[in-house]
Amino acid sequence: MSDLILEAKKITKYFHDPLTVQVLKEISFSINQSEFVSVIGKSGCGKSTLLYILSTMDTDYEGELFIDGVAMRNRKEAELAKVRNEKIGFVFQFHYLLNEFSVLKNVMLPGLKLGKYSDKEVEHRAMEKLKILGIDNEALKNPNQLSGGQKQRVAIARALINDPLIIMGDEPTGNLDKKNSEIVFNIFQELASEFNQSLLIVTHDNEFAAKTKRIIEMEDGNIIRM
Amino acid sequence: MNFKLIADVSRSLLLARWKQTLVAAIGVTFGITMFITLLGFMSGLNDMLDGLILNRTPHILLYNEIEASEQQPIDLYPAYKNHHNFVRSIKPKDKLLQIHNSGSIIDALKKDSRVLGIAPKITAQVFYNIGSVDLTGVINGIDVEEENRLFFFSTYVTSGNYIDLKNTPNSIVLGKGAAEKMMAAIGDIIQVTTSKGERFQLKVVGYFESGISEIDKVQSYANLNTTQKLLGESTGYITDIQVKLNDILQAPNMAKEYHDKFHIEAIDIQTANSQFETGSSVRTLISYAVGVTLLIVAGFGIYNILNMMIYEKMDSIAILKATGFSGTDVNKIFISIALSIGIFGGILGLLFGFGLSALIDQIPFNTASLPTVKTYPINYNPSFYMIGGVFSLVTTYMAGYFPSRKASKIDPVVIIRGK
Repeated sequence: MSDLILEAKKITKYFHDPLTVQVLKEISFSINQSEFVSVIGKSGCGKSTLLYILSTMDTDYEGELFIDGVAMRNRKEAELAKVRNEKIGFVFQFHYLLNEFSVLKNVMLPGLKLGKYSDKEVEHRAMEKLKILGIDNEALKNPNQLSGGQKQRVAIARALINDPLIIMGDEPTGNLDKKNSEIVFNIFQELASEFNQSLLIVTHDNEFAAKTKRIIEMEDGNIIRM
Repeated sequence: MNFKLIADVSRSLLLARWKQTLVAAIGVTFGITMFITLLGFMSGLNDMLDGLILNRTPHILLYNEIEASEQQPIDLYPAYKNHHNFVRSIKPKDKLLQIHNSGSIIDALKKDSRVLGIAPKITAQVFYNIGSVDLTGVINGIDVEEENRLFFFSTYVTSGNYIDLKNTPNSIVLGKGAAEKMMAAIGDIIQVTTSKGERFQLKVVGYFESGISEIDKVQSYANLNTTQKLLGESTGYITDIQVKLNDILQAPNMAKEYHDKFHIEAIDIQTANSQFETGSSVRTLISYAVGVTLLIVAGFGIYNILNMMIYEKMDSIAILKATGFSGTDVNKIFISIALSIGIFGGILGLLFGFGLSALIDQIPFNTASLPTVKTYPINYNPSFYMIGGVFSLVTTYMAGYFPSRKASKIDPVVIIRGK
């Protein structure tokens, strides 16, 4: 059967500024290998907050988080960075490409940081990922020469470079028009079906969510459907 | 493995804003250039002023002084041994200024490995006769060759050849001021009267210019034999022994040692010129203070630019962290940015500093009091370049450390959420 890759146990989170508000209330759920999951909910329901906790970037929470069976609580910052580098690919609403580097280099950076392959191999792999996403012709351009949809695809290629356990997306289609949203969704779909990639996408686009295999719906810091 | 990646990322960040980088580097370059030039120039001047005194002053001077007897007869009488005695009848002995046993003292000094060289000297009080006027003067009898080797005698003989003093019998090198008063040209014969009233004729073979006009009005030089003849003394007569040491710092201790050993007065250069030493060290202190201030100002410039850079790169830092770069990596990236600015700016600064010093070294500098100096003096001491280089690295490291520590602590969530 499918393996458990991510498990959240009773995750609780408070915001303290300006008032103490409980944003997440004992959230527990798990994601299996090659599952395509979307998280929906109204804005302010805590879905992005949950995603940041799951991505290990936010460490200020209560409860337990296991990624690939390993507990993430009380880990050092450098260890968490390693986990993000190796096991999590991230796609944001905004593309967050570095304009100082070429498209290819942007994709390569996390791979170079991992240091598992030689520079040549990382470059080769980056080209392959770009090819999968159909933007290998733009590899040597600067990110600011690309269109919004292309940039988001580069960001996805970057998320894929280290063959992560799971790709997390924070409204990855939020800034895109209908056509580009569809392209991005199809890419995710393809990754899930052909490459058995696990995905966890936060979105407020119900149409998008409807097409995924599993929907987690949140409201006021609770999961109301999963 | 990681190092290469970090170097690569820092290089890209640097080159992406190369104008900003250049401004930061120019700040360092300017600081270092000024530090090197200023220090080289100031200590060049300092050395020149020091040289005025130090080159001509023996490290230890051995001489005799007329002193009252330390013990009066009553002190020797046992009955009054524990009394306060104030009867003093014995006047200073008619002891000559001559150093007794000068030959054996010189031999002993020559065997001392700490001694660089010895130049014996006779000081003779005379009157220069100009028509009916008598001017007081001092003739220094010197060993011409040793005096030149140890105290650079020839550099102060501005007209005529100093070696004629040795080769021409009964010759004199007149102080410039004295020569002007006497209207004596080179080759003229002048007349002096010794303190014992004897008249003596000497041939002028050169002028002497020390840079201190009070000295030039009074002092003249003759060789040892001439001076001994002048005073009517034998060839063993010497009043001073000038000692030059290998290490000037040993002078005070060795002066004490010689005083005890040879039973004569011995004064070291530090005691004789203490006010001079103070002035010299204060000047050095001031030039270092100015130099260090320049470097610190340059350091603040770099700090500001790096700080700005980090604010601009917030998004990049956040994304680097989100994709797996740790705080330490980010820290290293910004430190290496700062250090490369420091290394690049520092090396350029050292080169420009050297160039500017060399330029100043060519500017003519003529002054009546310094006959041997033709251009502004510069000290090319390598230690200034070492200090400048090290300081440029340290300041840029410090200037990079605080902003990069801030960058390493940036929480990616805060930035990503803020969008």
